[in-house]
Amino acid sequence: MDTIPYTTEVHPETGLYNGKLGVWIFLASEVMLFGALFSTFVFLRVGADDWQGMQTQAALNLPIGTINTFVLITSSITVVLSWASLIEKDFSKFRRYFGATVALALLFLIFKSVEYYQKFSHEAYPENNNFLAVYFTLTGLHALHVIGGIVVIGYLLGPGAKMWHTEPERYTNRIEVTGLYWHFVDLVWIFLFPTLYLM
Amino acid sequence: MSKLLGIPLLASEHGGQIDQVNLLIHFIMLVLFVGWGSFFVYVLVRFRKSKNPTADYRGATGHTSSYLEVIVAIVEAVLLLGISIPFWAARIDTMPGPDTDPLHVRVVAQQFSWNIHYPGPDGIFGRSSVTLVDDQINPIGLDPDDPDGEDDITVINQLYLPVDRPAIIHLSTKDVIHCFSLTEFRVKQDMIPGMSIPVSFVPTMTTAMMREIQGDETRNFEIACAQLCGLAHYRMRGAVMVVQEDEFETWLAERLEEKREFEGDYL
Amino acid sequence: MPIEKHGHDHPKLSWWRTYVFATDHKTIGIQYGLTAMFFMFFGFGLMLLMRWQLAYSGKPVPLLGRLFGEDSAFFPDGIVMPEMYNQLGAMHGTIMVFMAIVPIVVGAFGNYMVPLQIGAPDRAFPRLNMARYWCYLVGGVIMLASFFAPGGAASSGWTSYAPLSVIATSGQTYWLIGMIGLITSSLLGGINFIVTIIQLRAKGLTFMRLPFFVWTQFVTAFLLVLAFPPLEAAAVLQLMDRLFDTSYFLPSGLVISGEILNVAGGGSALLWQHLFWFLAHPEVYVLILPPFGIVAEVIANNTRRPLWGYRSMVYSLVFLGFMSFVVWAHHMYLTGMGTALSAFFQTTTMIISIPSVVILTALVISLWGASIRFTVPMLFALAFLPMFAIGGLTGLPLGLNMPDIALHDTYYVIGHFHYVVAPGSTFGIFAGLYYWFPKITGRKMNETLGKLHFWPTLLFMNCVFMPMMIQGFAGVSRRLYDGGASYAHAQDVLYLNKFMTHSAFGLAFVQLFFIVNLFWSMKYGAKVSRNPWDGTSLEWAAPSPPLPHVNFESLPVAHRGPYEYSVPGENEDFTPQFQADKES
Ligand code: HEA
Ligand code: HEA
Ligand code: CUA
Ligand SMILES: [Cu+2]
Repeated sequence: MDTIPYTTEVHPETGLYNGKLGVWIFLASEVMLFGALFSTFVFLRVGADDWQGMQTQAALNLPIGTINTFVLITSSITVVLSWASLIEKDFSKFRRYFGATVALALLFLIFKSVEYYQKFSHEAYPENNNFLAVYFTLTGLHALHVIGGIVVIGYLLGPGAKMWHTEPERYTNRIEVTGLYWHFVDLVWIFLFPTLYLM
Repeated sequence: MSKLLGIPLLASEHGGQIDQVNLLIHFIMLVLFVGWGSFFVYVLVRFRKSKNPTADYRGATGHTSSYLEVIVAIVEAVLLLGISIPFWAARIDTMPGPDTDPLHVRVVAQQFSWNIHYPGPDGIFGRSSVTLVDDQINPIGLDPDDPDGEDDITVINQLYLPVDRPAIIHLSTKDVIHCFSLTEFRVKQDMIPGMSIPVSFVPTMTTAMMREIQGDETRNFEIACAQLCGLAHYRMRGAVMVVQEDEFETWLAERLEEKREFEGDYL
Repeated sequence: MPIEKHGHDHPKLSWWRTYVFATDHKTIGIQYGLTAMFFMFFGFGLMLLMRWQLAYSGKPVPLLGRLFGEDSAFFPDGIVMPEMYNQLGAMHGTIMVFMAIVPIVVGAFGNYMVPLQIGAPDRAFPRLNMARYWCYLVGGVIMLASFFAPGGAASSGWTSYAPLSVIATSGQTYWLIGMIGLITSSLLGGINFIVTIIQLRAKGLTFMRLPFFVWTQFVTAFLLVLAFPPLEAAAVLQLMDRLFDTSYFLPSGLVISGEILNVAGGGSALLWQHLFWFLAHPEVYVLILPPFGIVAEVIANNTRRPLWGYRSMVYSLVFLGFMSFVVWAHHMYLTGMGTALSAFFQTTTMIISIPSVVILTALVISLWGASIRFTVPMLFALAFLPMFAIGGLTGLPLGLNMPDIALHDTYYVIGHFHYVVAPGSTFGIFAGLYYWFPKITGRKMNETLGKLHFWPTLLFMNCVFMPMMIQGFAGVSRRLYDGGASYAHAQDVLYLNKFMTHSAFGLAFVQLFFIVNLFWSMKYGAKVSRNPWDGTSLEWAAPSPPLPHVNFESLPVAHRGPYEYSVPGENEDFTPQFQADKES
């Protein structure tokens, strides 16, 4: 299967290797997925009698939301730094930054769980009203994306890291596309945070 | 040609326009199809291998096809801008004004029947509320404490309409999506939960006339449900009785009488 | 190019890796083809039960009925009950669209032929390709399993309109989960196609030298990648409504059989329709574009001359792809739409019909000056043209909101889209199968059996679907358990129900010629060389069947456009893309 061209080196016309182009297209489909969900949000909000009321009632935890935003932005930075370290061929530095990314992602999930727990203990469930439904669906799907990211990063740090010694270039590429995906997950949150917590 | 296509009987004022456009567009389609089809058959015969053993690399030249495509586009534009869009604006977005003395009726669909609600002599629909719904005695949940609703009449599956008078029908549903379809009046409109959607039309033929034309003394104009709404969707059927104005008034008065008697029994 | 120039010394893979967890695009293509064919026959079977009920309402289905006891809730003694009919309809539509036609045209034909036609050793992401097949299979199995769910399979139509679908029995949950599997599969496939076509084209194979089939797959892939996610979102939301009692699609104050529905409310029933049709309109082009491509290939090959207007076909195709995202609400004219919105969607709908006209016209004009060989694939390809034309033309009155008042939700709509998908897409599929069978197996299918398959199929298809137009004009609604028997306005056209049903059974019968031909030819068909049809595109440079994993002995190079047939001054009437230029 290593007969397939452009797995590591870039295509002369597009300037991309297969994986990178693949991830860009995958992200385009993700944009459509979250785009549909955001449109749903707008559609329901415009049609609702008292959206603001529902929102006030739901009483989202703004401090936790804000902290989580910073956590994710930081993780976006560490993921870039880890890739840069690989370019510098400094594997142990890479390990530290990449590890930090997973740690931050886990921290995000912990905060998220705390928030969910608070909601549930105040009997705030998705079925209460449409604001809470949107809140749980969107943050839940986003959390699934974070978990997906953790699985991938975990794999690349653990068993997948062997590749650094056999095919360093390909490994670096994998880190790069993982980074692209991670930025996207971050970006979704940056849209979610103001729409749910602030507007 | 409407016989040819098997277009059903027409019994409303605006329906003729719909039929005409429908016939026109099918005529255009037929012309296109026959035109293209004859060319197609002609080339198949003329350029079969046994007749034409070596193919021509360049093939057809000239711009006939581009002209054709432009003509198709123009025809579509005319149908669109000249007919369909103005029609919608005139019929769907504008309702008959008070000067035409339209009859207002509500039709509330439910799995699997049609509740018809007349405002009664005062012309005002009484308030209704879902909490008051009782499928046996109060299917649309009319509020008995609302004076406007006192003279309201509800019947099931029987829509009485006076002939030649515009009717404005406010469509809504209690449960799932239904579709209010009156084949002979060329009326079709979905009923969407949470919305009340008006449609209007002028019936031009009474049930009696229709029966005479059809030679069938039991036949009715029917309300069909055209949107899948569950098990008995296929028999969610109602009748439209188009009668003379005076007959209509008598019918309405009788129903009111009945209602009063019924309420008397309970008091 | 950094590529090994050989491929004979591949390590032998285990049986599991070769046939089950295969990554070779050819094996996956065949897996797709066989699985989808199975689903297709299943969907066909459901349709036969439906047609039986429409013609012989309330009478037990012969033979099959005995298998089911009288206790069977939906099918006592083989009598189709209304519950059963609705399940049949919903599942026939779903299976045919999402589990049969799309997987055949994209998963089987696309998967198998695209790498060959662009001269690549495989798809860009072979393991993703495998994952995609398994998502499809799991989604499909969940769908079929729903027949055993309490309350039976999904029964709210293939469109699953809320709120009916939200309050439906648990089969609907299976439907939604199955759909998520099928959608994920299509997404992965779409990504893989785009990357493969952009990155792995052979040397010299510029975009304007791509066979038209590859172009159709390219545009289709974009539709898959961009249109499916909204339905995935919608499926998730409907699952939330069903499992977690949210009310995305449930407005306040619903009363279901006399009981107030106990939910928060505030949702919108139309939201589902918007999300569904935003997917489903591009989806119908997924059903038809690859067959367009197949038909173009077959026509070029059997007219022995280049396609007429190749460039304008490609531009039309791309334009069609774009436009398909902005016409979705033409399925919703009668949901209470105002003039402005409906004017917009009518206009886009009329505009989108133009590129189809251009493509069809180009194909017909390609016949001018040809030397037409009436082979079996060519017969199917030729029949495709007028059949699709009927289907396409009947789309026009539906696209104008005024005639749509009369025709919406009647059998006319059923007739319209079956003309485009049944004698349309399936004829494309048959053309492709007869055409590429030699490449896949190294043997040719039998011509006589092929003709015995073609002619009656063409006849019966029209006998099934043309009467639907007549019923539609008479105003007979679709999705009626008794085929309209209780409506006065339907009485005049009820007699057609029996005729259509008999034709459908005839259609089923003549498919036997196809099945026999398929399996017989695999074993006993005449052996062929690598280029039995004297074709020009790159797939004919590979051995038949192509080599495992690498396809070609050495990667081909494209020297010219895809359809250089009967070039003046050449000895042969075809000049393949892979043939080097003559020394000058
Ligand atoms: C492959 C699938 C496919 C294709 C290609 C199309 C193509 C088109 N469809 Fe269709 N459609 C469906 C599948 C498809 N449709 C389905 C499945 C439904 C029903 C869904 C449901 O409700 O369950 C539907 C329903 C549907 C509706 C909704 C009807 C209603 O519910 O009231 C509308 C309305 O605008 C519509 C319009 C069109 C138009 C304008 C085209 C145009 O793109 C057509 C353009 C083509 C032409 C104009 C033909 C031109 C060719 C020639 C003229 C050449 C002639 C050549 C010879 C004679 C040799 N379609
Ligand atoms: C792609 C889609 C597709 C296809 C091909 C078909 C094919 C057929 N359909 Fe169907 N149908 C739908 C999609 C499709 N249908 C949809 C979406 C609905 C609406 C459902 C709803 O209301 O929700 C519907 C509804 C529908 C109804 C209306 C039910 C109702 O409203 O109550 C009827 C009635 O007769 C019907 C009949 C038929 C018939 C006779 C065929 C025949 O043409 C079948 C012909 C098939 C073959 C001849 C198969 C041969 C092919 C192979 C065996 C594959 C070969 C494999 C390889 C080459 C790999 N269909
Ligand atoms: Cu009500 Cu169908
Ligand atoms: Cu459409």
